[in-house]
Amino acid sequence: MRTEKTKKKIPQIDIGSYKSETKRKSYLKDLEKVSADQRKNMLSAGVDPSHKNRSGTYIQMDHSVVYSKSLYPGLEVMSTTEALKKYKWLDNYFWKVLSVDADEFTEQAEAQPHHGYFLRALPGVKAVYPLQACLFINEDNIIQNVHNIIIAEEGADLQVITGCATASDVRRGLHIGISEFYVKKGAKLTFTMIHNWAEDVSVRPRTAALVEENGTFLSNYICLKPVKTIQMYPKAELVGQRAMARYNSILFALPGAHLDVGSRVILKAEGSRAEVVARAVSAGGDIIARGHLKGEAQGIKAHLECRGLMVSEKGLIHAIPELEGTIKGVDLSHEAAVGKIAKDEIEYLMARGLNEGEAQAAIIRGFMDTSIMGLPPELQKEIDVAISACEREVF
Amino acid sequence: MLKIENLTVSVSGKEVLTDINLEIKKGERMALLGPNGSGKTSLLMTIMGFSDYKITRGNIIFKGKRINDLSVDERARSGIGIMFQRPPTIRGVKLRQMVDVISKSGFDTDKEAGELNLKEFLDRDVSLGFSGGELKRSELFQLLAHSPQLSLFDEPESGVDLENVVLVGKIMNRILSKDKDSAALIITHTGYIFDYVKADEGCVLAGGRIHCLGDPRRILETVKEHGYERCIACERKRPKRKSRK
Ligand SMILES: Nc1ncnc2c1ncn2[C@@H]1O[C@H](COP(=O)(O)OP(=O)(O)OP(=O)(O)O)[C@@H](O)[C@H]1O
Ligand SMILES: [Mg+2]
Repeated sequence: MRTEKTKKKIPQIDIGSYKSETKRKSYLKDLEKVSADQRKNMLSAGVDPSHKNRSGTYIQMDHSVVYSKSLYPGLEVMSTTEALKKYKWLDNYFWKVLSVDADEFTEQAEAQPHHGYFLRALPGVKAVYPLQACLFINEDNIIQNVHNIIIAEEGADLQVITGCATASDVRRGLHIGISEFYVKKGAKLTFTMIHNWAEDVSVRPRTAALVEENGTFLSNYICLKPVKTIQMYPKAELVGQRAMARYNSILFALPGAHLDVGSRVILKAEGSRAEVVARAVSAGGDIIARGHLKGEAQGIKAHLECRGLMVSEKGLIHAIPELEGTIKGVDLSHEAAVGKIAKDEIEYLMARGLNEGEAQAAIIRGFMDTSIMGLPPELQKEIDVAISACEREVF
Repeated sequence: MLKIENLTVSVSGKEVLTDINLEIKKGERMALLGPNGSGKTSLLMTIMGFSDYKITRGNIIFKGKRINDLSVDERARSGIGIMFQRPPTIRGVKLRQMVDVISKSGFDTDKEAGELNLKEFLDRDVSLGFSGGELKRSELFQLLAHSPQLSLFDEPESGVDLENVVLVGKIMNRILSKDKDSAALIITHTGYIFDYVKADEGCVLAGGRIHCLGDPRRILETVKEHGYERCIACERKRPKRKSRK
């Protein structure tokens, strides 16, 4: 539900105003070939071109797949274009949890697709290190439409870090990302997305997940860098008994940014559980933090939590939590709070010698602490590296 | 080291300290006694420069300079440090990060944490869910890292078990032995801490005013026997202090 104020504020996007032709980028035999600038921007998005501590890598620049490789048996990494050729059955996974006519962006992605990644863990496969995927915008003023499919087959444990980034000289662009996730029986999928866009890039991810019996879907989203507008409302449908979904988002909005980000979980099967946690910091930008839990089965339990911190005179944080129960025996709850940094906390840090700016930065960083994400230690370390790289530029 | 002259302070419009005069010399440890709500913590917070505590009259002079208008961090960096009675929790900021930021080079965070039985607290959020005694040790740990010239201790031993009082005393002594000029203002209700940390002077704060000034042990004995009323009454008989420079 949009209020009049927020409705007015979402800047409209003119899809036709972006270039749909780009130069072909050649395939990289050696990942070390990415430029220093590209490397830096990828690193800030959690993608390490040296693929150290990674089980595989997919990199797409503009409309070209420039790298795709799996380093772990049982994990598949390729473009969705290639995967569609390889697997006849994959057709059934396209536009299954999302509908193609949902809005102009889904329609655009179907009409003019530019690949996207296909990541899959075969049944029972568990890798320590995550797969990484990077969608990179290298040319100014272009549109990039991708369609991603991620599958964790029965009993598999798949971790994915995906980073979206731009080259430093890119100002304007439009990224449309369709992602469909499939978490099969007893599987676990940890998906961490870091956005590292440029100031005038608009982003429209359209994302949905289907989680089967005893499956676990963890989705983490981090957006710290400047961006013009992001509007997304990913959804997980828990269709198997005791399925679990957890969404964590950390949002930071600088002046001029408009983030409209939510998470929605539909609990359709008995005993399924969900948790949605958002931390939003406005340093002058606008953030609408949405959340929607819908309980449609017996014995479900779900909680929504949104905390917002205003650190500037300007900007806005609008938390919109929604709970919907359609049957008796559901347990849905939410808590939301929007506030400013407590003065006694700032002064406490100052009494230890930090100046006001340092104290404020420490508290904001603490507020955006990724340990709320409950990530495996290997992944946590990687995320922390990416976040500090972002922070160094922001603060 | 610290000189307070005719200091009057209010908090949200209410006067909490009235016409305070106090001097702490180099190397001196002053005990600050007084009933609940008498303004002891307020005095420390004012010295540290917390913005809720508005100076309406008087001066605070530290190392010869008037510091009324210095910010909290400027005071901290010029050598004033505090152990809080009730520290706020700082979510997401780990005790280790905190100490790493505060400490000067050469401070062995892990070793000192071990010394204070705080090893497993290093990776916890500052003060979040700490027990009463743990809070005291975490505060002392941070003060040790800060190593100020003037330490303000707000009830260092209250709520601390018998074994840990020994530890608290030991750490306080380490903080105070950093150099021979190190001075302290120590708030206590019981005086137990004086078994470990020697206090040179004592004073009583009641109703926002300084009353008695003298030997801290004698003041404590009087309070134990007769309550604070006797101390307040003896204001006029306050002993003249021999000045020692
Ligand atoms: N921030 C504040 N807002 C309102 N009143 C305050 C504030 N800080 C202190 N006071 C009031 O000032 C008076 C002195 O408080 P203070 O904390 O200095 O007492 P204290 O001597 O340290 O007491 P205790 O021994 O209980 O710690 C009290 O009446 C207290 O309620
Ligand atoms: Mg007090």
